[in-house]
Amino acid sequence: MQINVNLNGTEQSHDVEPRLLLVHYIRDVAGETGTHWGCDTSNCGACVVWLDDVPVKSCTVLAVMADKHRVTTIEGLAVGGVLDPVQQGFMECHGLQCGFCTPGMMMTARWLLDHNPNPSELEIREALSGQLCRCTGYHNIVKSVQWAAAHPATVGAST
Amino acid sequence: MTIIEETTSTTATSTTATATDTAALSPGGNPMGFGRMLRKEDVRFVRGKGNYIDDVKRPGMLHGAILRSPYAHARIVSIDTSAAEAHPKVRAVITGATLEGLKLAWMPTMSYDTQAVLATDKVRFQGQEVAFVVADDRYSAKDALELIVVDYEPLEVVMDARKALDPGAPVIRDDKEGKTDNHIFDWESGSKEATDAAFASAEVVVAQAMLYPRSHPAPMETCGMVAEMNPVSGKLTLWSNTQAPHAHRTVYALVAGLPEHKIQVICPDIGGGFGNKVPIYPGYVCSIVGSIVTGKPVKWIEDRSENLMSTGFARDYHMKGEIAATRDGKIVGLRVDVLADHGAFNATAQPTNYPAGFFHIFTGSYDYGAAHCKVTGVYSNKAPGGVAYACSFRITEAVYLVERIVDCLAAELKMDPAELRMKNLLRPEQFPYTTPTGWEYDSGDYPRALQMALDIAGYAELRKEQAEKRARGELMGIGLSFFTEGVGAGPRKHMDILGLGMADGCELRVHPTGKAQLRLSVQSQGQGHETTFAQIVAQEVGIPPEDVEVINGDTDNTPFGLGTYGSRSTPVSGAAAAVVARRVRDKARIIAAVALECSPDDLEWNRDRWSVKGDPSQGKTIQEIAMLSHSSLELPDGVEGHLDAQAVYNPPNLTYPFGAYICVVDVDAGTGQVKVRRFIAVDDCGPRINPMIVEGQVHGGLVDGIGMALMEVIAFDDAGNCLGGSFMDYLLPTTMEVPSFELGETVTPSPHHPLGCKGVGESATVGSPPAVVNAVMDAIGVRHADMPLTPAQVWRAMQGRPLRTDLAIE
Ligand code: FES
Ligand code: FES
Repeated sequence: MQINVNLNGTEQSHDVEPRLLLVHYIRDVAGETGTHWGCDTSNCGACVVWLDDVPVKSCTVLAVMADKHRVTTIEGLAVGGVLDPVQQGFMECHGLQCGFCTPGMMMTARWLLDHNPNPSELEIREALSGQLCRCTGYHNIVKSVQWAAAHPATVGAST
Repeated sequence: MTIIEETTSTTATSTTATATDTAALSPGGNPMGFGRMLRKEDVRFVRGKGNYIDDVKRPGMLHGAILRSPYAHARIVSIDTSAAEAHPKVRAVITGATLEGLKLAWMPTMSYDTQAVLATDKVRFQGQEVAFVVADDRYSAKDALELIVVDYEPLEVVMDARKALDPGAPVIRDDKEGKTDNHIFDWESGSKEATDAAFASAEVVVAQAMLYPRSHPAPMETCGMVAEMNPVSGKLTLWSNTQAPHAHRTVYALVAGLPEHKIQVICPDIGGGFGNKVPIYPGYVCSIVGSIVTGKPVKWIEDRSENLMSTGFARDYHMKGEIAATRDGKIVGLRVDVLADHGAFNATAQPTNYPAGFFHIFTGSYDYGAAHCKVTGVYSNKAPGGVAYACSFRITEAVYLVERIVDCLAAELKMDPAELRMKNLLRPEQFPYTTPTGWEYDSGDYPRALQMALDIAGYAELRKEQAEKRARGELMGIGLSFFTEGVGAGPRKHMDILGLGMADGCELRVHPTGKAQLRLSVQSQGQGHETTFAQIVAQEVGIPPEDVEVINGDTDNTPFGLGTYGSRSTPVSGAAAAVVARRVRDKARIIAAVALECSPDDLEWNRDRWSVKGDPSQGKTIQEIAMLSHSSLELPDGVEGHLDAQAVYNPPNLTYPFGAYICVVDVDAGTGQVKVRRFIAVDDCGPRINPMIVEGQVHGGLVDGIGMALMEVIAFDDAGNCLGGSFMDYLLPTTMEVPSFELGETVTPSPHHPLGCKGVGESATVGSPPAVVNAVMDAIGVRHADMPLTPAQVWRAMQGRPLRTDLAIE
C-alpha cells in the first residue's frame, strides 16, 4: 500500500505491507531510529511517538493508519537545533541512564506539559505510568519533567 | 546550570576520603575531577541519536528468527523444514542437524557445562531453540517459522526443584554420558562442627524456610546481534549488546575454532543489561553460522517473550535458614541449606571456584563466630541461567536470607529489629574483618550508617504512628535491612571465568595538544562510563573531563578485560584508570624536570601541573608537558617520548560497599494491596566520583528490589509452561508503584582501592528486597511469606495460608 506520512515535518511516501507496524515503518523504512521497540504486548512505551498531536504506542498502530497524518518522533522534538526543555531537563536531572526508554518518556512528557504546564508529582507519574524504565527508578524522570515545567522558555540549549 | 534540589541528601564523610574540590571547574564548566557532572553520553541520547543493536544496519543485511519449543521436555521425532525453505524470501534454515555437521550443536557454558545451541535429541525447557531461519526481512523470517513442522514426543517434566532429586525423577541431561539423576553440584562453606556446637548451646534457635523466586533482569532492550563474516578476509565482525565483549570474543574463538585475532566484537550503545547480557546465547551462535552460510550480514533481535522465557534468569534459591542467639539478642550462629535450581543447562556466569557464587557471604553484617552453608544445584525443565539481575554473584540471595531471618529472630525475641541489628553489627574497629566463611571485609562503619537511616526515617515517630494506626485497625509496616556487598571480582589468584582471570586492562594516550583518550575493557549499559572515567583521569592528571574521550566496547580498540557485571567497573577498571593516569603523571614529572632543568624531586604536583617546590610560577601544565613529550626535547636515557601508559589491574581483594535501608508500607487489609509509602536508603560506596550517577544507580536498584518483593516472578505450571513470558504477566514496577526516594550517604574509603571507591551498581538491588518484605510482614504480623508479595499472596498470608510462588500449585 502506498502511504504518505509527514514525519517530523518532512513528507514521506512509501509502499508498505498493510501489516507493517508504525514503529517498524519509522525505524526500518524511514530510517529514524530514535524511536525504540521493547515489548510484544504494548506495555513498555519505548515506542511512543505522536500521531498528529496525541502520543501513541507506535507498536500498536499500523503504518497504514498514519497515511495522511503527521508523526512526530524524538528526532522532531528539538526545534532549529535548540533542545526542548524536556530534553534539557532529562540531561540536567539525570533522567536517563541507558537511554532506551528515554525518547518515549520525553514525547509523553512534552505532551503533558503542553496540556498541563504545572503538573503535580502525581500527575507526572500518572502521565508516564504506561511506560517502563528499568534503569532510573523513575525518581529522576519525575525530577526532569519538573525541571522542564520550571524552565518553559529555555533557549540556547543547543550544545 | 540549575540543580534540582534532592528530596533528602545527607552526607557524613570520613577524614580519609579522597579530596574532592568541586569549586575548581574546568574550562567547560565541569568539575576537575570528582563531583556532579552532567553526562557526556546524554548529548546523543536525548536527541534520539544513540546507536543500539537494532539500529545497526549493514549492506545486504538479512534477518534471523528462532523457532522455539512449546514443550518443557520432549523428544524431537522429526523436523521438516522444506516448506520454510521454499518460502521465496528465506535464505537459509538451520537446525541442530546442520550444526552437528559443524560440531556446533552444543556449546560450553560459563560453568563448564554444555548447552544445546539448537536442539538435536530433546528439548529441555519451554522456549528452547530448535531452528533458525534467515530471511530477507524480519517479518518474512517470522512467517517462515510457522512453516517448520516439528514432531515432538512429550516427556514427563521436572518443574519442582524440590522433587528434582527424587528417585525415579525423569533424567533431564541424558545427553551427558552416565548421568542418572538431576544433580549438578554440592558445595559447602564455613565450619559445620563449630556451627553445630554454637547451635547446641544456644538459648534461642529460629528456623525459617524461604524461597527467593526466579526473576528476570528484563532490560528494556532485548538481546541481539549483527554477525558479519567477510568471506574474503575471513574477518568476523560481531555487533553485540554484550556486557563482556572481550570474554565473548575468546569464547567464540574457542567454541567455533575461529582465530581470535580475526574476531572483532563491537558493542553499540546498550539498552540496559543487569546481568542479562553476560552469557553467550544460542541466538548469537546461530547468527554467526547464518552469516557464514549465507555470506551476508545477519541480524537477530529477540522478542520480549524470547527474552523472558529463554535468557539468563535470576535467583531460584530454595533456602532453609537457622539462626542461633542468646535470649538477650546476641547472635551466635547461622546455618543455611540451599537447593539451587539452575534450569536445564548449568549456564551461570560466575567465577569458576564458586559454583554458588558469593552466597557464602550470607553471614551478613553481624559479629558472630560460627556459620555454615551447604548448596546443592539441580537441573530442572526451566531456562538456564542463575546469575543475573544485579545479584552480585548471589549476594542478593545471601542478604535476603540473613536480613529476613534476623527479623524472624527479632519477632521471636520480641525485640525491635533496629535494636537487634544495632546490637550485633560489626564495629568500626573490627575492620579489616574476616568472616566465618573466609571473606575479608575491607572497611566499614556500620552503626553510623544504620543510625543515619533511622534518623532520616524518624524511626521512633514511625513506630508511634504505627501503634496508633494498629489501634484503629490500619496496617502499616516498617522494614529494615542492612547489607554488606562484595564487588569488584576479583583477585585473579582466586577468580576466573572459563580460565580467564578477572583482571582489567586500561590504556591512556595523551595527544600532543593535551587531549586524551582512555581505552577501557569494561562496557557501559547505561552506567555513564564515558563521564565517570573521564572524571577519574581529570582527578588524577588534571586533564579536563571534556578533553578525555572514553573508548569502550570494541575489542579491536580496547585492552582485554572481563566486562561490566558484579558492580566491577569502578572497583576494577576504575582502579586501572587511576593507575594509568598516575603513570602518566609520573612520566610527566620527568619530562617537566628536563624542561625546567631541575631534578624531578624538586617538583610538586598541583592539580594539573608540575611546578618547582616553593616557586609555583616555575611549572609546566600537563598540556604543555604533553607537547614537550612529542617535541625534540632530549629526554634522559630510558625515558621514551610521548605521554602514554597502560596497566592491567589485578584487585588485591573485593571491595565491600554497605548500606542501611528502611521501607515504610501501608497494606490494605481488605485486598492485601501493598503501597510503598517511603523508602530511605543510606549507602556507603566510598568516595563518589559522580554523586549524581551514584544516586541514579541507587534509585534504579531500589525499584528493582521493590519489583522483586512485590510483583516480579517467573513461575511455571505443572506442565512446564512459563507463566511469566510477557510484560502482561511478568510485572515490572511503573511510576505508580514506587515512591520518590530519600537517600543518605556515608563515606568509608576502601583501603586497597587506589581511589578508595567501592562500586555501587548492585547495592540497592541487593539491599532493598528484604526491607520491603520485612515491612510487609511487620504490617500484617506474619512471620514469613515468600516473594512476590502480590495482593493475593499477602491476603493468603493474612489467612495463614501463604502461597508457594514458584509454581502454579496449591
Ligand atoms: S514496544 Fe512496548 S509498548 Fe510499544
Ligand atoms: S534509562 Fe534505561 S530503561 Fe530507562
